[in-house]
Amino acid sequence: MRRLMRRLLPYPMMTATLLGVWLLLNESVAPGTIILGGVLSVATAATLCVLDLPGGRFRRPQAALSLLGVVLVDILRSNWAVAKIILRPGGGGRVSGFLRIPLDLRAPYGLATLACIVTATPGTVWVAYDRRRNTILLHILDLVDEQEWIDTIKGRYETRLMELFE
Amino acid sequence: MILTLLMGTIFLTQIMLVVAMAFATFRVLRGPRAQDRVLGLDTLYVTATMLLLTFGIRNGSILYFEAALIIALLGFVSTAALAKFLMRGEVIE
Amino acid sequence: MNNHLADLPAWAAIPAALLLLAGAVLTLIGTVGLLRFGSFYQRVHAPTLGSTLGIGCILLASMLVFSVLESRAILHEVLITALMVVTTPITLMLLARAALYRDRSEGSDEVPPPPSGQDARASGTPQSQSGPDGGQAV
Repeated sequence: MRRLMRRLLPYPMMTATLLGVWLLLNESVAPGTIILGGVLSVATAATLCVLDLPGGRFRRPQAALSLLGVVLVDILRSNWAVAKIILRPGGGGRVSGFLRIPLDLRAPYGLATLACIVTATPGTVWVAYDRRRNTILLHILDLVDEQEWIDTIKGRYETRLMELFE
Repeated sequence: MILTLLMGTIFLTQIMLVVAMAFATFRVLRGPRAQDRVLGLDTLYVTATMLLLTFGIRNGSILYFEAALIIALLGFVSTAALAKFLMRGEVIE
Repeated sequence: MNNHLADLPAWAAIPAALLLLAGAVLTLIGTVGLLRFGSFYQRVHAPTLGSTLGIGCILLASMLVFSVLESRAILHEVLITALMVVTTPITLMLLARAALYRDRSEGSDEVPPPPSGQDARASGTPQSQSGPDGGQAV
């Protein structure tokens, strides 16, 4: 029975998400919509087996909520900061450049989440990841104090992501 | 009174979004390099999505939201394909 | 054409108008940055304003208007938000990586060199997997 379940539903979270998106798109919870969406999402999730996705663990929804709050606040703050930089006349005195940061996080989904957070925050863009040395290369618009940026990335995001994914 | 205010705001919003699209188009045309053009095109897509959303609010029609969804999706796929092309010179490997 | 907005009470209309204005102003500032900044890597930062908070404000305004009017469900906005959250970072990351690859293969001194020459394939940067003709100047 368990083996049958595993073959039918290899990625239960993915199947549930796909079904949710299908219902949102159709804006209805009629039985026919649910049946068709269920069949489609089970079939789509089953084809994902071909891709052989890396396994990962995800724990502690409360920690995820606190991370979400931190990220939202940071997006608000850095929107303001980048808007000020853009509107500053002349544009003198601003230094922007690349910054290499060593990481302790190694979980693949954690790294993917970190990449999305860093890039979605205005003022920082994730450029490359070095798997052997576990360092990332960022481009930062307002690179005045390198250590402050390293502390921000490692302190605010990386520790929380390591709680979540490792 | 409130209705006039809201309609005026929506109109102003649309004007600003169109100006933003014009700036993005300028970056597409001007370059100077291919990655700048792709960046301008991506900005153009996002701004077009926002413009369609404001049209949806103004007219109360659901069709605009479907169109916004499709533009957002196609914009993502095309930018990803163009970035792939810039990196390797071919889209499908 | 406009009667559906006439039913909107003032306590919902004023926040919606402010959200719309904020979103449009942010997007406009972002594209101004796209015009003003000098190098590609600086310009990558500019449109993030519009694609995070800008579109977020406009989606919030839309949700507010339609949930107060109760003329239709707000589910499409949820979908567009989710789509934007997932896709915006991916496109910008891909573009930044492509630009880095092109600049490195042209030997530009604006970008830092790859971390180590001999195992660039393992480093996750596309350095060693060269394209058919390296950096094609377009």
